[in-house]
Amino acid sequence: MTKRSTWALPYAIFLVLFVALPLILIMFYAFRDAGGDFTFGNFVKFFTDKDAIETFALSLEVAIENTGICILLGYPAAWILANKKLNKSAVTIVLFIMPMWINALMRTLATAELFNVLGFQLGKGTLLAGMVYDYLPFMIYPIYNILEKMDKSYAEAASDLGATPWQVFWKVQVPLSMPGVISGIMMVFMPTVSTFAISEFLTNNKIKLFGTIIQENINSGMWNYGAALSLVMLVIIGITSLLQDSKKNLNEGRV
Amino acid sequence: MKRFFAQCYIWLLLVVLYAPIVFIAVFSFTESKVLGNWTGFSTKLYTNLFTGDMQGSGSLMSAIQNTLLIALVAASISTLIGTIAAIGIHNMKGRGKQAITFLNNIPMLNPDIITGVSLFLLFVFLHISQGYTTVILAHITFCTPYVVLSVLPKLTQMNPNIYEAALDLGATPFYALRKVLLPILKPGMVSGFILAFTMSLDDFAVTFFTRGTIGLDTLSTYIYTDARKGGLTPELRPMITILFVGILALLIIINLRKARAAEKANAK
Amino acid sequence: MNNRENIIEIKNVSKSFGDKCILNNVSISVKQGEFLTLLGPSGCGKTTLLRMIAGFGSPDSGEILINGTDITDMPPHERPVNTVFQRYALFPHLDVYENIAFGLKLHKVPEDEIDKRVRKVLKMVSMTDYEDRDVESLSGGQQQRVAIARAIVNQPKVLLLDEPLSALDLKMRKDMQIELKEMHRKLGITFIYVTHDQEEALTLSDTIVVLDNGDIKQIGTPTDIYNEPQNAFVADFIGESNILNGKMIKDKLVEFAGHEFECVDEGFGENVDVDVVVRPEDIYITNKVESAQFTAKVKSCTFKGVHYEMFVDTDKGYELMIQDYNAFEPDTEVGLIIRPADIQVMHKERSVNTYEGEIISENKVKFLNAEWECEPQTEFEPGQKVNVSVNFSNVDLIDHPEDGTLEGEVYFLLYKGNHYHLTVMTDHREYIWVDTNDIWDKGDLVGINIAPKDIKITKLDD
Repeated sequence: MTKRSTWALPYAIFLVLFVALPLILIMFYAFRDAGGDFTFGNFVKFFTDKDAIETFALSLEVAIENTGICILLGYPAAWILANKKLNKSAVTIVLFIMPMWINALMRTLATAELFNVLGFQLGKGTLLAGMVYDYLPFMIYPIYNILEKMDKSYAEAASDLGATPWQVFWKVQVPLSMPGVISGIMMVFMPTVSTFAISEFLTNNKIKLFGTIIQENINSGMWNYGAALSLVMLVIIGITSLLQDSKKNLNEGRV
Repeated sequence: MKRFFAQCYIWLLLVVLYAPIVFIAVFSFTESKVLGNWTGFSTKLYTNLFTGDMQGSGSLMSAIQNTLLIALVAASISTLIGTIAAIGIHNMKGRGKQAITFLNNIPMLNPDIITGVSLFLLFVFLHISQGYTTVILAHITFCTPYVVLSVLPKLTQMNPNIYEAALDLGATPFYALRKVLLPILKPGMVSGFILAFTMSLDDFAVTFFTRGTIGLDTLSTYIYTDARKGGLTPELRPMITILFVGILALLIIINLRKARAAEKANAK
Repeated sequence: MNNRENIIEIKNVSKSFGDKCILNNVSISVKQGEFLTLLGPSGCGKTTLLRMIAGFGSPDSGEILINGTDITDMPPHERPVNTVFQRYALFPHLDVYENIAFGLKLHKVPEDEIDKRVRKVLKMVSMTDYEDRDVESLSGGQQQRVAIARAIVNQPKVLLLDEPLSALDLKMRKDMQIELKEMHRKLGITFIYVTHDQEEALTLSDTIVVLDNGDIKQIGTPTDIYNEPQNAFVADFIGESNILNGKMIKDKLVEFAGHEFECVDEGFGENVDVDVVVRPEDIYITNKVESAQFTAKVKSCTFKGVHYEMFVDTDKGYELMIQDYNAFEPDTEVGLIIRPADIQVMHKERSVNTYEGEIISENKVKFLNAEWECEPQTEFEPGQKVNVSVNFSNVDLIDHPEDGTLEGEVYFLLYKGNHYHLTVMTDHREYIWVDTNDIWDKGDLVGINIAPKDIKITKLDD
């Protein structure tokens, strides 16, 4: 049996080559200039460029707003879907899950076109609305999943101990569904903060997000600056994942 | 009463959520080049789509072909690599296992743009000219972790003595693998393949950064370029409609079947 | 009517799910400070009843009173009762202390008072050093203690326990039984305890309510229930017993197993069919054949730790179970003696299957939701309602359900020394009782046939 552990070796090599090495290369390129010499110049350029910083801040703002709106709209929806008394049909659940299976660009395009025809000014408003369209299912699904699987006896125990239905909801069901909310946040926040095509469609290229700047730099041959910007994004992503882990520890650990 | 409001909320959300799709679907039945302009009922866009008789039709058709081909190849290879890797990982212990699991999680956690940029830099660094091969390699990179994660639970749920029992009864290791292990892993492999396939179909960013400059287009990149050019090819409307209806029907059938099977199991 | 001593009164409670009757007109009074156990096999309705007292289900009819107030429609959080759930239902997002303090915080008890009370109950359940622990890191027994602490810290009038020990191993269960009993004594509050374990019920309870299929079979103290079971179900369910058909010849004289015995029972009348229960430890077994009441031959003998368990065939062909401290080898000829006080005589619940039926045609009658062939009837018109009776021994059970006039499932079986007495539940959830020498198992699917000549049709007496 032990010999079969070697079966993982080819994949391990593959992972080093196609996952670890490329990430190291981002760092490598980020600290080089076009001539290949070591430099902090790319970062200096970013942090002193008012436009770039503003775009960066806007990206974070849009991602946070989008995530917040998705929670506000999605939690009640997931709650209703998971509640057998309020929702008996399995079809509604499928309808909410389905958009996750369809190419995001197509969905975004359809949304942008609709906004256009309805005469909405494409801008920050349509950007946010379109992103909520795109990512709401990704918030609903993990929350629904966890609510649906939650042991009914927790709610019963709470009301047995004197909790009103409202208290049962806030003191037991909401805290217990937090892991679902957190994975929802990951599934919504991460793609929104890094998107480029979606924002271009939804604002007719009027508003640039951080992803667009990365894409433009890479595509116009400014690899080093592009790599530096990617590294900044990686740091954001890293911090978000850490938040998730610490929340998890808070919920699970506590020894 | 509570139920009434709850249902209202759900259906309101669904109506808003599906409005763009319905809108596209409605206007797939008219010839007008400009969306939102109804010029009478027509199925011409559908005929165009299937006969390929349209402007720039060649590139849309080849984009569809590329998308399917890449997804099929990437998903197949990912399933193979992922399954073998999962068996290996399952039998590993300690640091090595931790390290490989950590690396395996990275492509799933990373935003597409980071995966795309990092692989782009890799190919530049190694002086590999970009095209089909690099796109497929890139897709395998972000698809395989999903296969590994689909197969691993099947291995942990499996009674560890099953494989040994087969050997004990006189099976050769290869026979035991084929006749005992593989059937147990199959459901995980199938769901891993489906996941990988849809991930590949959906991908835009990674393809965008690794396709090079040879003019290789998948559906996503085609739509992206098309939309940036300003006009959406009208034939995309029937295509989006067909895809939506197809996937909707498939999902509903799968879920109703599941529900019915569950009901049957309950009744027993 | 308003008995001050009764903290809980359950009055005529019925409940069904779909066409299945879970509780059938159940009435129970629980005294202040009592340890009352609802005992019965799974599916007997005991948990449903407990959940109704807690407020997680409402009866279709009937009412539940606590301290004289009708609480049938009161939501769970307003009821002065707390529950220890079967799988504990400890909140995984809270630690031990927070779990226990949960109810007190909801009731806005001051912080220092909460602290005092939580520490007191932690001490009571011997979990003093565990307040900061994550509940999922605790063992089953420890989780059990926290669940009990979480309930009693609120000082409920009544503590409800839903099979609280079923998830623990045997040793742990025995220890917890002693602790629960001790806790009940200290707290002085009413416990209502649900279990399917008869030994647990006998050990813990002041009063046992034996439930079967939604009906109360007997209410009594553990001693009453064990020594004087009121029917064959209770006798069979509680402890080991020999249950035989018998006949009350006259007061203080009963005949069973082919012999006449002196007994202490009176008032049954003369020559009345009865059921007789003799506990296996109450049969004296001896080598002295001549001085015994009757004789038997030992069939098997098994050592059970403290005593030997023997099966014997009596001189009149009945099989009896005997427990004794001495072993008697198989094939030994032995003498048996049963003392009058050890013979428990019970009214037969029924001696024949009776149903209300309807004449379909001259030789067809409908009862138990099926049409049966019967002997030609001249006395009755088609459509007329009649009384139908079938002797237990005249019902034929066959292996293939589809070959029977009616399909059914063996629901309960009782060995009566020389034959089996089966309760068969039909597809329409009605019962037919069968005496047979064939061996069936509980849950067997059977076909039911009755010969036309064995269907007795009489006028409906109103």
